[in-house]
Amino acid sequence: MSFDAIVIGAGHNGLTAATVLAQSGRKVLVLEGSSEVGGGARTVEFHPGFKVSPVAHLVNRLHSKVISTLKLEKHGLELGKGSAKTVVLSHNGPVLLHGGWGERLDGVASEEDRRWGEMRKVLLGQAEFLTPFLARKASQLGQFSWRDKAFLAGRAVALRLKGREKFEDFLRMLLICVADVAEECLGDDRLQALAGFDAVLGQRLGPRSPTSLLGLLYKLSGGVNGVPGGQVVPKGGMGTAAAAFAASARASGVVLRCGAKVARILVEDYRAVGVVLADGSEIRARVIVSATSPQSTLLGLVGAQHLDSGLVRALSILPGKGNVAKLHLALDRVPDLAGMSGRFVIADSLNEVERAFNPSKYGELPERPVFEFVLDKSGAPDSACVVSACIPYAPFDLKQGWDKGRKVLTKAVMSRLEEHAPGIDKTVVHAELLAPPDLEAKYGIPGGHWHHVDMSADRMLMLRPLHELAGYQSAIPGLTLCGAGSHPGGGICGISGLNAAQSVIAGYAV
Amino acid sequence: MRPLEARKADQGHWHQTLRSTPYTARIAALMQGSHWSNWSGYQSAQIVQDEELEYFAIRSTTALFDVSPMTKYAIQGPDAEAYLNRVTLRDVTKHAVMRVQYTAWCDDEGQVLDDGTLFRFSATEFRLCAQERHLPWLLDCAIGYDVSIGEVTEEFAGLAVQGPTSCAVLKQAGFAGVEALKPFQMRDYDGIMISRTGFTGDLGYEVWCKSADALALWDRIWDAGQLRGIASIGYVALNKARIETGFIVAQADFVAAWSVLREDRGRRPDEIGLGWLLDFKKGQFNGRRALLANKPKHCLVGLEIEGNVPADGAVVYHTGKKVAGIITAACWSPMAKRNIALASLDLPYGEAGKDDLRVEIYALRELRYYKAMKRAKVVPRPFVVLPRRTLTPPADF
Repeated sequence: MSFDAIVIGAGHNGLTAATVLAQSGRKVLVLEGSSEVGGGARTVEFHPGFKVSPVAHLVNRLHSKVISTLKLEKHGLELGKGSAKTVVLSHNGPVLLHGGWGERLDGVASEEDRRWGEMRKVLLGQAEFLTPFLARKASQLGQFSWRDKAFLAGRAVALRLKGREKFEDFLRMLLICVADVAEECLGDDRLQALAGFDAVLGQRLGPRSPTSLLGLLYKLSGGVNGVPGGQVVPKGGMGTAAAAFAASARASGVVLRCGAKVARILVEDYRAVGVVLADGSEIRARVIVSATSPQSTLLGLVGAQHLDSGLVRALSILPGKGNVAKLHLALDRVPDLAGMSGRFVIADSLNEVERAFNPSKYGELPERPVFEFVLDKSGAPDSACVVSACIPYAPFDLKQGWDKGRKVLTKAVMSRLEEHAPGIDKTVVHAELLAPPDLEAKYGIPGGHWHHVDMSADRMLMLRPLHELAGYQSAIPGLTLCGAGSHPGGGICGISGLNAAQSVIAGYAV
Repeated sequence: MRPLEARKADQGHWHQTLRSTPYTARIAALMQGSHWSNWSGYQSAQIVQDEELEYFAIRSTTALFDVSPMTKYAIQGPDAEAYLNRVTLRDVTKHAVMRVQYTAWCDDEGQVLDDGTLFRFSATEFRLCAQERHLPWLLDCAIGYDVSIGEVTEEFAGLAVQGPTSCAVLKQAGFAGVEALKPFQMRDYDGIMISRTGFTGDLGYEVWCKSADALALWDRIWDAGQLRGIASIGYVALNKARIETGFIVAQADFVAAWSVLREDRGRRPDEIGLGWLLDFKKGQFNGRRALLANKPKHCLVGLEIEGNVPADGAVVYHTGKKVAGIITAACWSPMAKRNIALASLDLPYGEAGKDDLRVEIYALRELRYYKAMKRAKVVPRPFVVLPRRTLTPPADF
């Protein structure tokens, strides 16, 4: 059987690209190295009877365009309605944020409630301005079409029409640190801590690092069920989302092949013409789309010998090492958290987040980690429960080594959980800590990095992942990039897969 | 880290701002006056005694020029050939052992970083000689290749032995069989390597040895050359010979891409007369995609200018009105008896139909400028062709 296009990697971006290509009438083959589809959006049994979503555990930016193009709801995606709560756990008592990023608050003084509302409005306004940028292809500088130019002109006008004050605020705030904004607008440590935490989760920045506000704007540009900044813990885990992506792909005629590890991309006569699998077999197609990171695609699968040296160097120094660990706990009963549910964030203050960040710069672990977690009863036997925690500032290259580091970090996280849910330690049936190297080895996330390439200000839009590779181009004709390393970036979003496929259909990079 | 004694011995390096080469002692002893210039941080003679006599040593007898400051890189390993094929413009898979390739290399945008010579000692051992330093670039290029790159500039001394009697001098010095060397061929004489290469367009050789053996080698050649008019020469004489031959010099006839500040000042190989090096069928090389995606906008041409005033740095006009480019090197050619120049022109100037060129020359004569608009004709390079450059075996003297 011959194919028009081969997609490497069956994560949500790979599956989105494959489905869109198949919808255009192309015969598409998806090759996945591991034994099942889903990539960062899967759900696995980590202890007999206990299931967890080992990479992403929240849906908070899956794009509506992706949902509708792939008809994901028809294929089994259930996101319910509205947004789950966020609960900030702190020694000053909890704060509850209802709706999309705290439309309504519980647990703070009314004056603080008002201040939060004002800050939230400003930030959501700025995020809303950025959202259209994140939905469309970011063309390479110097290759702007008239559509790109018209879009930019339109955005410039839209920004100016918001009024002088908002225009100035936007320019002033765009590249500053989240701590400055939080301290300027808020008085409550817990809310400041949350703003800081949400800005830096998944980034290699602390809340006092310049440009860290961008991370928060990126988060707020997402959402779910039409709620900006909203989030959902999908029933049955992220695996249900992955299953919907896969079902949609199959329904469009995509052939999915798991356990088919691509060893290299065949380049003949200066263009990509197919792939060679780990077992030595060769599959050819006119179009190759790679959902893995730009670094592993070009340096690993294509090979430096087919590229220009300057590009190779730029790729080899791309920041592509993750710093978020996952902790999975199988508990024999539901912890006592006063009946609260949703996403929990444990952070006392902005400075605590910053202090957790500091050691990571030197390859060390925080003494008092800050983290988010979700409770999931659906993935566990009756009356039992699963905790899935994302712990930032867990460097890929840990100085003491992860054999030791796993125990140290688990202990530090458990002791913080114990502060808020006394006795939780004794209910742990099984604990699994996945450091970034584990995420890479077990789930094929390059560098264990959520975004494949840091989501820093210098790696966004037409600079993502590199100027030369903007617009889903790969420098090799016939090969297109569609993963989180491409614009707009990581998270279970699907836009890079969608846009890359549309670029192929439009005839770019072919 | 180097041993303490070695570092202590080097502590006074700042007393001498230019480093000496293994041959500096001999050249300094011959030099009248003090005409040194800076070549990559080393002392290099501009004029040893008399620039005219030195030029005629190149063309009539034998001239010695110290090329030790040439930056040299030892490139070795199983992937050395594949690596160099990707870095440089020419097809290295066709580069035979014990031969030399004149070549050049580009950045990703297809702009020339430098030109140089590539020596091949075996299937896996090469030496790259260049005007400028390139180690960081060469190391970046090595990502993904099993190859080692080391700078060996100070390990080896280089001496250009150029001129009609050079072969006879080397034979007299005991290098039997040197007359059998064809252009770009090389041969090893117990650690002394002789290549039939040079920058003069004349019969000539370059002799390479370990730095410690350099002075003995100089004396051996110098003694052998006594009856054959051997002379130590400086760059001024050499420059005249290279212009006659139409050879280009980085940072003089083109600005190397790594040092360019203005976007349009870099040059593609085919914009500086090196189009003949380009081989788009040999496989990937740095700049290939950019070179194919874009077209040349400039050209390098040889000009013959009326009159006898050298036109260094002069502006070139088309039909006397539009600026067409600039003269990058010029001299009165003693061999061709013509006023010659190399010029960098903006295309289409210099092409047929757009070659009605004038050169604006300002001649300074005793505190007064004489301005002249001289006609210039595009002529093929080299300006001077000497059959003895390629004749094998060369004539004996």
